[in-house]
Amino acid sequence: MAKEFERKGIPTAFISTIVPLAESIGPNRIIPGQGITHPLGDPMLSRDEERSLRRRMIQRALEALQTDIEGQTIFR
Amino acid sequence: MTMKRLRVVHYLNQFFAGSGGEDKAGEGPRNRDGAVGPGQVLQRSLGDEAEVVGTVSCGDNFFTEREDEAVGSIVELIRSYAPDLLVAGPAFNAGRYGVACGRICQAVQETLGLPAVTGMYPENPAVELYRQRVHIVASGPSATSMPATLQRMAGLGIKLARRAQVGLPADEGYIPRGLRFTGMAKETAATRAVDMLLRSVRGESWETEWPLPHYDRVPPPAAIKDMGRATLALVTSGGIVPRGNPDRIESTYATKWLKYSLAGVDDLTSERWQSIHGGYDTTRANEDPDRVLPVDVLRELERDGAIGRLHDQYWVFVGSGASTTNARRFAEEMARELVASSVQGVIFTAT
Repeated sequence: MAKEFERKGIPTAFISTIVPLAESIGPNRIIPGQGITHPLGDPMLSRDEERSLRRRMIQRALEALQTDIEGQTIFR
Repeated sequence: MTMKRLRVVHYLNQFFAGSGGEDKAGEGPRNRDGAVGPGQVLQRSLGDEAEVVGTVSCGDNFFTEREDEAVGSIVELIRSYAPDLLVAGPAFNAGRYGVACGRICQAVQETLGLPAVTGMYPENPAVELYRQRVHIVASGPSATSMPATLQRMAGLGIKLARRAQVGLPADEGYIPRGLRFTGMAKETAATRAVDMLLRSVRGESWETEWPLPHYDRVPPPAAIKDMGRATLALVTSGGIVPRGNPDRIESTYATKWLKYSLAGVDDLTSERWQSIHGGYDTTRANEDPDRVLPVDVLRELERDGAIGRLHDQYWVFVGSGASTTNARRFAEEMARELVASSVQGVIFTAT
């Protein structure tokens, strides 16, 4: 679906924990998630640490949306 | 015993039928007796077993713009030859022509009970639309692969018309239709798997019994230039909905997607939001739904001016078990709304 959005010209940051599957299906801007059941969090961290982790991940997604790329790129 | 000589109709677009290029793409359906253009090559490939008795053609634009009308007329023209087989194309990598070939093959199979075969480059977008229902011989991207492709189309077409056993895609040269057949293997699965592994370790060639599907690629659109003024939208396949799932969205095998308002929402709390996804343990998501749909951080970045605006709606469905056909439809419908809402970038979260 991320590919379909990009096909329509909307840059899309795809956040998924299953990176090999994402690589195979083909979205262009991939950000690895933290966990299957909590892609943007980590229950093992304190609330504050978890929130700053999430903020870092979203900043990475923003970086992906602001980066001109040639093909599929994983933003780690 | 002599077999009946098969009657074959060949479908071509306006270009291969010799009418002209794009200037003639608006030409309607028409027919000519006998073989035309590539039909001569087809006739040589068919040999004595079959005869191209007629050629039916239509302009690519006419077909695309008036598809139902075109299909109706084309099927009638084909039927007028009382054929045993339809051969369409090959269309190589031409999108409109590919769709026409696929659609007409499917139509004659369904309405006339007539066997049909076409040919396309595997990356022709029409392949995904028709490969499950139509035998599509794999061609090269351009007409230089015409003779070899028509040779395979002729061979496969004769088998189909004679109701003979059709072999596996790799043996016959057609694009896999996604069908499974039962067969007996000499060795057990464990033995075959270990054998494959050993061959792989030794650097020898081996072939998987379960090829992964091939997906196309999309050229990446240009990046966002001015994030401080951009409107971003959240889309998720993680099944985050208002608590109680008021619209009864399915927890698996999704047939629909929904959107909900984020107006005035700074943080997704477990009191008001939940995940109803049926494919993962939702405990962690339900403790804090921002772990799947990061509204809290995006609102913060919005306040900081790092992004222009978070769109006041988010789009949601459940990824688990959703068919690719449905997912593609969801994506098209959502994309229309995203474009209409002037969304410049999407953050898509998947569980």
